[in-house]
Amino acid sequence: MNTTASALAERYGARNWHDQRPDLASVVLDPSKLRDALAWLRDFGGYKHLSFATAIDNIERGAFTLTYTLRNHEKGHNLIVHCDIDRGHPVMESIHLLWEQAWTYQREMREWFGIDFPGSPRVEEEFVLEGWEGPPMMRRDFDSLEYSNATYAERPGRETHDPASYMKEKLYPEVAG
Amino acid sequence: MEPSILLRIGYAAISLFVITNYGLLLIGSMARISAKVQGRVGQPVWQPYIDIIKSSAKRNSVGHGVMFYLGPVFRLAGGIGTYMFIPAVFGSVVFRNFSDSGDLLLVMYFIFFGQLGMALGAGEGGHPYSAIGVSRGLAQMTAFEVPFALSVIAVAIQYGTLDITSIVAAQQGGFAHWTLATNPLAVIAAIIAFLGMSGHNPFSVVIAPQEIPIGPPTEYQSNLLGMLQTNRAVFNGAKLVLYMNLFFGGATNIPVMVIKTFLIYFINIFVGQAFPRFRTDQSIRFFLGVPTLIGIASVLIAIL
Amino acid sequence: MSDKKNTPAPLANEGLPPEERGFFCDAAPREYAPAQGVLEDFYNWARSQSLWVLGFGTGCGAIELRPLMTSRFDMYRYGIQPRPTPRQSSVFVIGGYASVKTLKRIVRSYEQMMGPKFVVALGSCTINGGMYWDSYNTIKRIDQYIPVDVYIAGCMPRPEALLSGFLELKKIIREGKAEGQNEYARNFDWYKANQKNVIKDWNMPDYNW
Repeated sequence: MNTTASALAERYGARNWHDQRPDLASVVLDPSKLRDALAWLRDFGGYKHLSFATAIDNIERGAFTLTYTLRNHEKGHNLIVHCDIDRGHPVMESIHLLWEQAWTYQREMREWFGIDFPGSPRVEEEFVLEGWEGPPMMRRDFDSLEYSNATYAERPGRETHDPASYMKEKLYPEVAG
Repeated sequence: MEPSILLRIGYAAISLFVITNYGLLLIGSMARISAKVQGRVGQPVWQPYIDIIKSSAKRNSVGHGVMFYLGPVFRLAGGIGTYMFIPAVFGSVVFRNFSDSGDLLLVMYFIFFGQLGMALGAGEGGHPYSAIGVSRGLAQMTAFEVPFALSVIAVAIQYGTLDITSIVAAQQGGFAHWTLATNPLAVIAAIIAFLGMSGHNPFSVVIAPQEIPIGPPTEYQSNLLGMLQTNRAVFNGAKLVLYMNLFFGGATNIPVMVIKTFLIYFINIFVGQAFPRFRTDQSIRFFLGVPTLIGIASVLIAIL
Repeated sequence: MSDKKNTPAPLANEGLPPEERGFFCDAAPREYAPAQGVLEDFYNWARSQSLWVLGFGTGCGAIELRPLMTSRFDMYRYGIQPRPTPRQSSVFVIGGYASVKTLKRIVRSYEQMMGPKFVVALGSCTINGGMYWDSYNTIKRIDQYIPVDVYIAGCMPRPEALLSGFLELKKIIREGKAEGQNEYARNFDWYKANQKNVIKDWNMPDYNW
């Protein structure tokens, strides 16, 4: 693994190589070098399988962290590649020519986060929801409860029997509202 | 003394009434027996009656044109027509139907006629799965008609006549006179064709419940479905009575008819519970294989 | 079928492209008067003894319908049978949560069923949103979109609860109170407005019969 870490750092400026478990490691890359690094990992590093591709909404630092999980079947080792892109203008290169199955993950990310992958097959089409007119749902500034209350009619008279709040009211009435 | 035509129509109506009730009770009791085999209680024996009443009591229905309505009418006409030219009970005036006006070939024609009418009606329904079911049904019917026709030819050659009453008359006098004893190969070929005719497993790909949902009757509802359900009873009864007359010695009174047809239907149920479903091409290949050879052998035996 | 003075205006069918509108009917549903007296009681008895359930598992509640077909709970002895097509079935079991995508199909299947038709709503999600009360995608009250006859509470109700619900449905049918089809026709505009409010891509006829 260390040869991979040092090769990535030297060629593509990878940083923060972290061995989480014997079979799991993670590394951080820049978006401009990501595609070349993934291609090198696939062709020369032995990580032939793209297991997963998703995004994390890091709203505090204004970035989407794209996460690609690669697997090396011969060594049984997984590598997670992180990459930050700007949250205000979320566009990323598509990797569907490296692994064909990436088109599904990229289509999902476009619907749920709003990250565009120009050139990816069928990325503009609806993926899971039909006729969705709101903001992308997995963004952390999307309030699901507020949207639900505004759109779907409720039946009045819903009350909660949550044991924690009930006992709090009974035992510590001066604290509970 | 020959009864008048009005009296004969009356007798035929009584006979049709009896076979309809018998068919409905047969369907109900077979469902209950299958349920008991599976270890549960099952629906009551009179459930088919309630289903027909419920279907007829629906308040609205959807039509797709004239042929759509005519489909079940043809099917019911085919069922009634099949029954009308078979003597249900040998030697009875009431249950003779009109068997002296038509012979075995006319009965076989009516068996086919109902399926064709249903095919036209189901195609008019506009549902794509109805069309798939119809094409499968006609293909499978063409396949099982071959062993059936061969065994009918063998029986006709053996007894020298196509009139069903004469065939039954020749089989009277004990087990040794039945076609089962004198030409068993014809019976085997015909029973295998019967499995295909009745649409149970392994030849249930025509209806294929839950797969194409239910095949040709997909779009049929309300009154039309009631007609189809009634026809199921009449047609089943007619085919069972035909088989009993051709191969198992006919019946000289009602209880014997009931017992014999019940036991013939059991063959269907036994095979149906044990097998999964064949694809259409597998069932066609099956019918044109061993059963056809058995049928040809039975014809040769009858000739020699 | 001949109360011409009561026929409403034809439906707009705006969800369909103009060249297809000629293929679909534009008549709104109408109410069907029940038969009178003893005949209607007899029909209601027959309808309660022969309940054909549409085999469409709309949500997680469908898993509770499957044990009913097996030997332990055996719904066949109550006359309940699953049917594969909405044309032939009379009971629609809404099994749990209804997402907007499923609601479109529920509406379409419900309108294609022949009357008198009954709806059994399973689970808490149909009553007040249940576990998915804060979801952006599931509706919270199914009876705003189709009329419901019986609610069965639980998450998920056990098969015994389902059978008890079906017995309750039979009682309601025999009393003549299960007139969901007529209720739908009477309040058609209200139901349709609710449905179109949540189903944003309406690309089917206004009334799918």
